[in-house]
Amino acid sequence: MAVAGSLSLQSPVLEMRGITKTYPGVTALDGVDFSVLPGEVHALVGENGAGKSTLMKILAGADTRDSGTVRINGSEVQITSPQEAMRLGISIIYQEFNLVPYMNAAENIFLGREPVGAIPGLINFRKMYADAERIIKELDVKLDMRVPVNQLSVAQQQMVEIAKATSRNARIIAMDEPSATLTEHELENLFKLIRRLKSDGVSIIYISHRLEEIFQIADRVTVLRDGRLVATKNVAETDRNDIIRMMVGRELKDKIPKIAADRGDVVLAVKNLNRAGVIKNISFEVRRGEILGLAGLVGAGRTEVARAIFGADPIDSGTIFLGGKPVTIRSPRDAIRLGIGLVTEDRKALGLVLGMAVRENISLANLGVLAKLGFISRKKEQEVANRYVEDLMIKTPSIEQAVQNLSGGNQQKVVLAKWLFTQSKVLIFDEPTRGIDVGAKTEIYQLMNKLAENGAAIIMISSELPEILGMSDRILVMHEGEIDGELSREEATQEKIMHLATGGE
Amino acid sequence: MKKKLQLRKEVYRAELGNATRSELPGIQHQQLRTRPYGSQILYSYGILLFLIILCIFFQIETDGTFLTLRNLSNVLRQSSVNTILGVGMTLVIITGGIDLSVGAVLALAGVLSTAIIMRGFPPPFPFPSDVAMTPSWSLGTSAPIAVAVAALIGALCGIHNAIPIIKLRVPPFIATLAMFSIARGFAYIYVGGGQVGNLPSEFTRVVGEGPLMPVVAISTVVVGHILLTKTRFGRSIYAVGGNEQAARLSGINVGRVKFWVYFICGLLAGIAGLLLAGRLGAGDPKSGLSYKLNAIAAVVLGGTSLMGGVGTVTGTLLGAVVIGSLEAGLGLMGVPWFVQMVVKGYVILMAVVLERTKKHNR
Repeated sequence: MAVAGSLSLQSPVLEMRGITKTYPGVTALDGVDFSVLPGEVHALVGENGAGKSTLMKILAGADTRDSGTVRINGSEVQITSPQEAMRLGISIIYQEFNLVPYMNAAENIFLGREPVGAIPGLINFRKMYADAERIIKELDVKLDMRVPVNQLSVAQQQMVEIAKATSRNARIIAMDEPSATLTEHELENLFKLIRRLKSDGVSIIYISHRLEEIFQIADRVTVLRDGRLVATKNVAETDRNDIIRMMVGRELKDKIPKIAADRGDVVLAVKNLNRAGVIKNISFEVRRGEILGLAGLVGAGRTEVARAIFGADPIDSGTIFLGGKPVTIRSPRDAIRLGIGLVTEDRKALGLVLGMAVRENISLANLGVLAKLGFISRKKEQEVANRYVEDLMIKTPSIEQAVQNLSGGNQQKVVLAKWLFTQSKVLIFDEPTRGIDVGAKTEIYQLMNKLAENGAAIIMISSELPEILGMSDRILVMHEGEIDGELSREEATQEKIMHLATGGE
Repeated sequence: MKKKLQLRKEVYRAELGNATRSELPGIQHQQLRTRPYGSQILYSYGILLFLIILCIFFQIETDGTFLTLRNLSNVLRQSSVNTILGVGMTLVIITGGIDLSVGAVLALAGVLSTAIIMRGFPPPFPFPSDVAMTPSWSLGTSAPIAVAVAALIGALCGIHNAIPIIKLRVPPFIATLAMFSIARGFAYIYVGGGQVGNLPSEFTRVVGEGPLMPVVAISTVVVGHILLTKTRFGRSIYAVGGNEQAARLSGINVGRVKFWVYFICGLLAGIAGLLLAGRLGAGDPKSGLSYKLNAIAAVVLGGTSLMGGVGTVTGTLLGAVVIGSLEAGLGLMGVPWFVQMVVKGYVILMAVVLERTKKHNR
């Protein structure tokens, strides 16, 4: 194994300089430098939204940069498509594998470039399987070549992906959260394979939220924050706390106008909520007027807890209490009747009917109040819509405008209006300010304050630490489906949250 | 129509008024141009325009026989069955589904209900094919039962469609394709390959010559329109088709909405079956072969999106009249039915292409 110190003497196989990428309203990457040495395992870390995925997309040719240069082995390249990236020896293994589920390992490895035999146009299966066997053997893994990949375990599918990459002579393999769904033993195998690739001079970009893995496998680590490069360090010269500090050192730049409301009785309590493989032994309570923050990394199970309480997903066991009484919630319909509202994370896919008018979206969850014998009172509905458009300052030319034509912030306000109109006692906000501008953010915070003041119990899921810290009265931190710890408003810091969220004690 | 015009005005106001726009910094100028309502109106106008051109063309080509009262009432009657089927189909398609079984359900309900008209209730099984028959019950007694049975058979087929779709997540295409085969199979089984003929002339005259069919068709459109635009159920139909997940998370019982649209679609197909049998003078298991295609075509011509979430029954009425006119006009011109099929196919294709370009422009 190469020593970190000697690595720095080599010239990099990949050198990205000053990479900048903006999407409408957001700067995803701002002048990021990133380089990878031959035979190096280079960890790439950062909070959600720090820019890791965008950087990988640019490397993979799935997205284009606005400015900056990419050099492979010293010569500048333009990666305009995934095919071009592959030709340059770059392979990306995404969390969601790019495998055809009904094809076997060999077919997947050679997809699109199957060896052709004597008769043009016909696949030489014998050669294909022989080649695939050879590649798999070189990687020193065991795999049944003839089984459709959807019958293989996740770890085995990952091996197929890696085999696919090495068969294309990849010199740089980026792995996005490769350990997320692996068992301890499978992870050992993955590390063994990575070390093997390393010894062949292949470079690995290793993206992971699990910091302990970085110390096991990586040579260097690069930390991104808010689209900027914080630092690249030799792993030997850093430690866990150092990395966490670099990841979170964000200032509370957006003013968060927290008003502490009077806390009353417990409104919602959940006891030992379980859903196999998703959430484990979730227990907590929320009081009137309280904002309970639910922190954790993407995939920690926060959204799943919200969906379980809301009846959107079934639970295996556990009890939900409302006002002290156990309740059965089998569907969102039940939850809404009991006074629970869920502002979903993905407003376009789950929160809104995009083709419908603002008016129709606002009334959708509470049409009962507006209807007599099934007939909707258009007049009442218009009054309600106009009232909320005014109250929440939703910017729309009219209540008849289709919500797809509104900006993100205004769309989110329409979702909020929908739940305000249901007069929910418990409101769950899942990433309520994602992808909306600062002004609208502040308005949404103010609205949450007002709701708490009026006696609602609020659960807020957020990946933005300043937001969680700024708005919550109490913070629960989740890690791998479990609640890892609870922090009071006074004791919570970004470092403490990140420590718990990455599996720290 | 008035409401739509008002909507268009509102959108235009937003587009044209600079003062209005400057008050709306949150909305991008580009987005306001998309004008979804405007293009919908344009589309309705488009099909109306097409209908007018079609009428003028046929009027000239048939030397003035197309636009006669006699022919037009014929067109109306010919469009009626299609309109009734189309209304049910519109509801189904707005939810994002499809019902391929309507033609077969129509045939099954047709033979069973006409059997009641001939032999009273319960009708014999299988239906005897060899006897030259006269009705055994008076029409006054048997007709109401026949109507009820036709509706019931249709509704049962609708339920049969809905259950696998809702409970087992069978794609609507497959569930209703199966029903298409099942229902027509039962229709053949029942009459043993023959048909229920010799329907009493009082019955065929009322159905085939009077205003009954257009009246039923128009009533269906009116009720369907009110259902879709004024009721919670109608709103739920649009919501389910527009975004099923969001609808569910807003507390809408998606399964129940789907159940009722297939139920209604089947029920209307059943009633249409009795009417068609009356018009043709027989309950024939072969009838309605082209109606599944025609009903879907009417819905699509009427501007309803096969992707779900968008559509009107008034559009479907127009679509059905276009197809009826096309068939009648080409018939008057002496164009053989197989050539008519080709023309109809291209008209449907054209309508869908138009819809796609409209979407593409967004």
